[in-house]
Amino acid sequence: MPEKFDVIVVGAGPAGTSCAYSCAKNGLKVLLIERGEYPGSKNVMGGVLYRKQMEDIIPEFWKEAPLERPVVEQRFWMMDKESVVQFGYKGLEWAVEPYNNFTVLRAQFDQWFAQKAVEQGALLINETVVTECIVENGKVIGVRTDRPDGEAFADVVVLADGVNSLLSKQLGFHREFRPDEVALTVMEVINLPKDKINERFNLEGNHGTTIEIFGDSTKGNLGTAFLYTNKDSLNIGVGTTLSSMIKAKLKPYELLDYLKKHPMVRPYLEGGESAEYLAHLIPEGGFHSVPRVAGNGVLVVGDAAQLVNAIHREGSNMAMASGQMAAEAIVEAKKDGDFSEKSLNRYKEALYGSFIIKDLEKYKDAAHTFEKYPQYFKEYLPMMNQAMSKFFTVDGTPKKEKQKQIMRSVTAEKGTLKVMQDIYRAWKAVK
Amino acid sequence: MSTTNIEEKQFLLRFKCDTKSHLTVLDHDVCMTQCPDKLCTVFCPAEVYKWEGKRMQVGYEGCHECGSCRIGCPYQNIKWEYPKGGHGIVFRLA
Repeated sequence: MPEKFDVIVVGAGPAGTSCAYSCAKNGLKVLLIERGEYPGSKNVMGGVLYRKQMEDIIPEFWKEAPLERPVVEQRFWMMDKESVVQFGYKGLEWAVEPYNNFTVLRAQFDQWFAQKAVEQGALLINETVVTECIVENGKVIGVRTDRPDGEAFADVVVLADGVNSLLSKQLGFHREFRPDEVALTVMEVINLPKDKINERFNLEGNHGTTIEIFGDSTKGNLGTAFLYTNKDSLNIGVGTTLSSMIKAKLKPYELLDYLKKHPMVRPYLEGGESAEYLAHLIPEGGFHSVPRVAGNGVLVVGDAAQLVNAIHREGSNMAMASGQMAAEAIVEAKKDGDFSEKSLNRYKEALYGSFIIKDLEKYKDAAHTFEKYPQYFKEYLPMMNQAMSKFFTVDGTPKKEKQKQIMRSVTAEKGTLKVMQDIYRAWKAVK
Repeated sequence: MSTTNIEEKQFLLRFKCDTKSHLTVLDHDVCMTQCPDKLCTVFCPAEVYKWEGKRMQVGYEGCHECGSCRIGCPYQNIKWEYPKGGHGIVFRLA
């Protein structure tokens, strides 16, 4: 007779582990199933872990979790071929408790986090693929795995199986995602001595910097690149929507190599040693792509539910918060002994009432707008660079005349009306 | 050294290969007759797909399990499963 659990969680990433942790902490009998050799072995992230949602689960986690650096500076680059317009913020309030966010390496972090769930009483089983949900009378009652006699049963199955959630698709919670609803991102970890990193990024001690790079980093396609500092390595990566990658016939690793060789980026990497290369999809469909998240005996959390805010590079924090909300709904459902969709919809209500869906809704048209109107990345970013170059080059032209010239060069190329339309459209998409 | 091409990048990785492919091209004729661009050979981040004149060679052993080919194939011609538990790519860092 196979064992019966209160909860089976599929996937030991941030969403699944948060859910398993919180359920186990509330005394539920939890099975956490991971397909990789260990939690984290299949997971990829650019590297920023936000403090708030993690702290909601494990207070003062920074005292023991394997973190790289607290981020004290966030920079944004609007890059052209041989130039860059930069802005950013550095603040030492982020260098002390409770911090704002950290760079992390996920293979270590996810193992640590899953171990915390185990300490709370969850049973973690690695190297196991859940091949399907077992459905009986319209209700999910368990999972079938690729182990011999590998069935397990539970009141609730939580699908935290990531961006490639074959399980929620099997249940008919969503159709297959389109290439414009996912971003293909590739990255490298490049080893570099700590003192070199601190010199190059103007950092002290364990302080960290993140740089988001727009424009020529994706050859003007819809996407971004990033350069993050770890203790003694850098994470550098680039991604665009899969549809942009297809349309521009880009090879992602060639785009990464283009970025690494870019004259604005190259000096930071000089002398570094590549340690790992990773590719992953990011669910970036946003508000319109969020699938059904609750059914009879089943909940969907994290990437599997498309909970990523691409504009603010938030994802793992949303995953954690959603996992915790799912756990709270399950605990309540357990009290009532009712695991129907109606009962579990507590999770959906919590999710839709939280920052997660509110933020996704705010930007619901952003990706679509920028994909449909490529001029923002392709034309305006280079224009911005040219304008700055012109303005700051001292050549005897009076400043007023320079401003006129700059404005004229922008409107002459596109026409004043077009420019106004473009500005209004962009503002509407992110307001 | 920092890598400069896909071969060097793939060489950094650890794989625990299954003997059976988790990726299946359903109909090689579709690639041959309907897909002049062979898009999977372009966007796959691990160069898993290589067109060999008549059929698509699938080097599943180097797959990152990202899912791009399943979503990006214009003809839904790729059956995509997860490798057997504990198999496939093993990321050690990020």
